[in-house]
Amino acid sequence: MTTLLELKNVSKYYSKDIAALSNIHFSIEEGEFVSVIGPSGAGKSTLLRCINRMIEASSGEVVFNGTNIRKLGRKGLRETRTQIGMIFQHYNLVTRLTVIENVLHGRLGYKSAVAGMLGIYSQEEKQQAIRLLEELGLSQHMYKRVDQLSGGQKQRVGIARALIQNPKMLLCDEPIASLDPGSSKIIMDHIKNISASYKITCLVNLHQVDVALKYSDRIIGVNKGEVVFNGKPSELTTDMIHKIYGSETGDLIFEAGERNAG
Amino acid sequence: MQVDIFLKKKLHNLSFILLLGTAVLGAIILTEYDVAKGFSSVPAAIQWALSNFYPDSESMEKFPDIFEKLVETVLISVAATTSGAALALLFAIAGSSTTQFNRFLGQVSRTIATVFRNIDMAVWSMILLFSFGQSAFTGYFALFFGSFGFLTRAFIESIDEVGDSSVEALRATGAGYFSIIFQSVIPSSISQMISWILFMIETNIRSATLIGILTGTGIGFAFSMYYKSLDYNAASLVVLVIVAAIFIIEWVSNYVRRVIL
Amino acid sequence: MRVKPYNKAFMVIHGTLLSLVLLTVYGFYSFDYKDVNFVEASIQTLQNVKMMFIEPHFSHFTFQEALYQVAITLGLAFLTTVFGAAIALFLGIFAAQNLTNKAVSAVIKGVVAFIRSVPTVLWVLIFAVAAGLGSVAAVIGMTFHSVGYLIKAYSEAFEEVDKGMIDALKASGAGWWQIIFQAVLPSTATYLVSWTFLRFEINFAVAVAMGAAAGAGGIGFEMFMASGFYYDIQEVGMITYFILIFAILLELVATRVKKNLKTAEV
Ligand SMILES: Nc1ncnc2c1ncn2[C@@H]1O[C@H](COP(=O)(O)OP(=O)(O)O)[C@@H](O)[C@H]1O
Ligand SMILES: [Mg+2]
Repeated sequence: MTTLLELKNVSKYYSKDIAALSNIHFSIEEGEFVSVIGPSGAGKSTLLRCINRMIEASSGEVVFNGTNIRKLGRKGLRETRTQIGMIFQHYNLVTRLTVIENVLHGRLGYKSAVAGMLGIYSQEEKQQAIRLLEELGLSQHMYKRVDQLSGGQKQRVGIARALIQNPKMLLCDEPIASLDPGSSKIIMDHIKNISASYKITCLVNLHQVDVALKYSDRIIGVNKGEVVFNGKPSELTTDMIHKIYGSETGDLIFEAGERNAG
Repeated sequence: MQVDIFLKKKLHNLSFILLLGTAVLGAIILTEYDVAKGFSSVPAAIQWALSNFYPDSESMEKFPDIFEKLVETVLISVAATTSGAALALLFAIAGSSTTQFNRFLGQVSRTIATVFRNIDMAVWSMILLFSFGQSAFTGYFALFFGSFGFLTRAFIESIDEVGDSSVEALRATGAGYFSIIFQSVIPSSISQMISWILFMIETNIRSATLIGILTGTGIGFAFSMYYKSLDYNAASLVVLVIVAAIFIIEWVSNYVRRVIL
Repeated sequence: MRVKPYNKAFMVIHGTLLSLVLLTVYGFYSFDYKDVNFVEASIQTLQNVKMMFIEPHFSHFTFQEALYQVAITLGLAFLTTVFGAAIALFLGIFAAQNLTNKAVSAVIKGVVAFIRSVPTVLWVLIFAVAAGLGSVAAVIGMTFHSVGYLIKAYSEAFEEVDKGMIDALKASGAGWWQIIFQAVLPSTATYLVSWTFLRFEINFAVAVAMGAAAGAGGIGFEMFMASGFYYDIQEVGMITYFILIFAILLELVATRVKKNLKTAEV
């Protein structure tokens, strides 16, 4: 196994004295499925966005595939971003365009400025978009406008857009937080399958412990901007959950987790 | 087959561009617009303005005169807007589908407002010039008619936005027509209406300049007088004074809007 | 007893209304009425209006010529709108705070506020010094004001664009221009179209006025001649009918477009 991503002492200060992230240190192996859990405001989104520099970290190193992302110039950053797909809680699609156009947006990073502006895509790119949509069960909706789709369908478009980048890694920021349980399961299954069949490394923010337990190879627990747990799902004890979430909410989550497990 | 949509979009865009291009070409021919001159005259105008169009010390002596004319123009704009707004309120209440007391009268008041709105103030001033001459009446009535037409439409929109709900609630309590209007409709749409009135005053000062040029009154007359006598320094001072007035009014309006909306 | 609280908004609303009324009263008192007899002049105006609208006729030109002049005015308005929209689209992108840096946006917005505050007729007359009176000065002067208006409208539409959508494309490595063309413009297209249409409607009225006041030609100039040169009130009436019909047609279309826009939003 080789290390794909390594964070070294990454910190982020939005204002002078409050650290949204302090000295984050961990690494992820190629092909791993890792969940980041923690209460809301813990810094999960900040953590994910510091990796592809949607947010600039204040200090530390982010080494992806051997290069320190934080040292890259504009062009290098764009090239690296094409290798990292991102999936969002609110899907972040261009709702006035069709499904297939949104999927093809994932290719923009590979194009010249003009080709991208005019939306000129090659035959292969279109074929790949169609293949991905078929795989995700959206072939019926390919030419519909995105604003006509349900939440679960929109998230699948988001996944297709990330996959068409041919990424080495997927960053998923609460991909199921706006979905009902049924759609949530479909989306998590898709992400898990993709990770396994395309050998894509996944880093997924979640706030449901039970989901994290079910799908992850490894879980990272974050509280107040610090990593307080980093281990296998089987190592996540009740005490640990309390530590991640603070005792009261921890109880609730743990009970819910038990019920779901049983 | 699957790529049809891209082809369709491309054709759609292409035909749009083609149509637009043809229309532009047609308009250029029709209006005898000289494209080359259009391009060359912008830098020429800027160069001219930089070397001629600024106030000098001599023109500053005319400032009291210009200021007096400005005050006159601002007052005419305010007076026309305010009185136009009062009439517009009546017509808006009669014309809004929420508050109209009679369908036919509602249609009549909307039609009257449409006619007044669509006869431009410049047209009004030329009509009024026949009977009122170069007096303050001409500018006042031209602005009054235009403001009345525009504000009626704006007020109807404000009333409709407040919507049936508040009217219905009061009607359910058995309130009469006038108490509904004064207790519900006007209080809940007044902020929006004031915002429109302030906007109208600002617009009217600009329109008053135009009307002044046509009718020989106010700040517009001052500008055209200096302009025609090639006293560009004084003319530029007029422009700056108007800009300052508009900025101040905009600033006051923004303050009022921030507090009331 | 009063039910309403004397809060700040209440005070400002009443203060504003009171100031407006006082200014109006003072205005009426101070205006220069030039010894015009109000009653007489009003009666004469009513008679004029009656003559205009009941007995309109052409004396100095024909129906076809009137149509041709209206077409010229429409052409001026159209050119101005297209030029204005093209320039405003480009600059509006740089004026939107979420698409550029704050300094660039502030500079453009400041310049635009200045441009908008100068009356259109003054822009036309200023350009006329360099270009001579005519369609060039008219179109450029009117374009200035349209650009000012449309940049404000467009940039506000751009600023409403969902930030997440832009983030998503940025995160996939898309460049700035690509994001503008693939996400920002498609998302705002209906807004841009309806604002542009609204401006076209305004520009028609402006073009009429510029014909009268700044020698831009078209139906406005004919109006100016009929009223100020021939003193022919009946011809003024006929021309007014022409302008009115076209203005109302444009308003109907603009209202339609606006309505479509609203339903498209829901
Ligand atoms: N743009 C921002 N500016 C200032 N503070 C922020 C910003 N984004 C997030 N924060 C703060 O940083 C902390 C972590 O936020 P976030 O990463 O969104 O947490 P999570 O995704 O775990 O809910 C929170 O306290 C939040 O208020
Ligand atoms: Mg978050």
